[in-house]
Amino acid sequence: MPSHYNFAYLDEQSKKMIRRAILKAMAIPGFQVPFGGREMPLPYGWGTGGIQLTASLLGKEDILKVIDQGSNDTVNAVSIKDFFRRTAHVEITEITPRATIIQTRHRIPETPLTQGQIMVYQVPIPDPLQFIEPKRPEAAKMHAFEEYGAMYVKLYEDIACHGRIVTAFDYPVRVHNRYIASPSPIPKFDNPKLHQSPAVHLFGAGREKRIYAVPPYTDVVSLDFEDYPFELEAWEESCAICGSHTSFLDEIIMDDQGTRMFVCSDSEYCANTLEKEVPCQP
Amino acid sequence: MYVAVKGGQTAVRNSRRLVTRTRRGPETIPEIGPDQIENQLGLAVDRVMAEGALYDKRAVVQAIKQAQGDLVEAVFLVRAYRTTLKRFGNSTPVNTRKMRAIRRVSGAFKDLPGGQILGPTYDYTHRLIEFDPDMDKDTANQTLEEAGEKEATNKSQTKEGKGAQTTAPLPRVMEILIQQGLMEKGPGELIGEPTQDLTRQPLKIPAARSIRLQALARGDEGFLLSSAYSLQRGFGLDRHPFLGELRVGFVEVLYTPPELGFEIKIGEIKITECFMINRFNGEKDRSPGFENGYGLIFGQNERKAMSVSLLDRSLQNAEEGKAVKYPGQDQEFILAHSDNVEASGFVQHLKLPHYVDFQSELLSVRSLQKTNYLEKQAPGKTKRPKSAPEKNL
Repeated sequence: MPSHYNFAYLDEQSKKMIRRAILKAMAIPGFQVPFGGREMPLPYGWGTGGIQLTASLLGKEDILKVIDQGSNDTVNAVSIKDFFRRTAHVEITEITPRATIIQTRHRIPETPLTQGQIMVYQVPIPDPLQFIEPKRPEAAKMHAFEEYGAMYVKLYEDIACHGRIVTAFDYPVRVHNRYIASPSPIPKFDNPKLHQSPAVHLFGAGREKRIYAVPPYTDVVSLDFEDYPFELEAWEESCAICGSHTSFLDEIIMDDQGTRMFVCSDSEYCANTLEKEVPCQP
Repeated sequence: MYVAVKGGQTAVRNSRRLVTRTRRGPETIPEIGPDQIENQLGLAVDRVMAEGALYDKRAVVQAIKQAQGDLVEAVFLVRAYRTTLKRFGNSTPVNTRKMRAIRRVSGAFKDLPGGQILGPTYDYTHRLIEFDPDMDKDTANQTLEEAGEKEATNKSQTKEGKGAQTTAPLPRVMEILIQQGLMEKGPGELIGEPTQDLTRQPLKIPAARSIRLQALARGDEGFLLSSAYSLQRGFGLDRHPFLGELRVGFVEVLYTPPELGFEIKIGEIKITECFMINRFNGEKDRSPGFENGYGLIFGQNERKAMSVSLLDRSLQNAEEGKAVKYPGQDQEFILAHSDNVEASGFVQHLKLPHYVDFQSELLSVRSLQKTNYLEKQAPGKTKRPKSAPEKNL
């Protein structure tokens, strides 16, 4: 990396601006704070919001973990790690408990987070109302006046038409009993991990130029109805590698005859479980 | 002084001479060769082939050079050439299952038969301008360049694209979803049937899907991209779509000349094929599952193939009777405005002299001012609109 770039790529003024937005976001949990998003050398949609958050948070002592689809090794995670390795020379880890900052796309690690850790989420559509009211000023008003009827009507329509709420990922949550927010496109399986989490959760949407946060020990409730409570997806299968029954499983097509196999999406968790299980086997 | 009434001929002649000179630049700089454009600006060539609707690298390369790198202008040149070519018949539909793929990715499945083939892509490079190529090279970009080198070497050794990575048939993700009962089998109406030809008949709205896919295949990349993006931002889609599969590679073109009576291979073309999948929650007589959007484009044009797939799905939905609320769902809006030769011509024709029409407008506006505005004001209170001049022009 040529030396005429600053530590962690962004200039200090931009980092300061982003940190201010983060502080505001932490003060108003779930509220989308507009910020002067910068162009990054990775494309929009690849995690520019998350990358900007990470760039503004990183210090020389930080230990960074980057996952995509739960895995340390997916192409985009590799690319982002490579970016911070070269621009910030920070230590990169694959081990969740070691990381001080974990940037993620579409998953929360299966290994529980601890106090002092920061989760950074890459967010494509920060406003859960966007598919209900695509016009930004209107949606902002709905948030301001806490007019969330339309969201509940949509969930109700799901139940009326299909007998259940059909949203499978990016399942909207209510943060600290006020703002409805997008947990980013994590599977709804991961939503409960946000509730009363000891870690800081920061969400960055680069293209839409908004940052929001879930501070530690905050209530995060997935939207539902008393008679139709929030439900988690479950698998009949278990992981073909480590045998886990409790983790999120990816489906892999083995051939064009329809043979399928299921494996953990969280590669680190899978490896750990496998290691633990080996001594127990006869 | 610019007086257009006389001296037009000289002005046009001089302008043409100037454009030739500007295009060439200083004589001290070597002229670009067609082989440089074809090999070093390959994606520009692909884009012009797609929008020019003509798979002819020689013509396209010359067009790009002649248009000074203005790709929309190059598309225009290619279209104008294409229209003079004889149409001698229809090929057999290309079999993309047998594609020699240089790239094949699915955003929906981690792994699938045939595997994910990353191939040459800018997707995971870092966009850092290499002002000093030797100093600034990063590993990601190096790897990409090495891959490019290998391919180029293979190209020079054998025929174009022999560096392709796979030749085994690649099952389509869409077929797998159909087999698992997650997607309806398409009507297959396009296979083997005589299709309407958009280049030989005017666009009629509503247009059949075959016509729509033709129009989208040659439509302007920028327009289609932004239209598809608007769908994704909620102006037409109500949820996140998935990339079922995107593949880039070479396919054989088979044709049966009437005088021979049997099928022969007349060449190979590089194409990009895309299947987008959208969730469908089911209706009374239709099971929940996924719906597909499709795009097939000349050359390596991933951004465009994906945009076309999103729009194809959106326009199919509208055809199936779903509400049309946004531009990206409106067949006429998309199809009638996606052709950049038409659009560029009409927007830019405003540069032509309109003196006569404008003179008529002047007369009419002045007369309106007089009868409908000035005379209605009380004599002492006469006000002119802010922008109106004090005296007649």
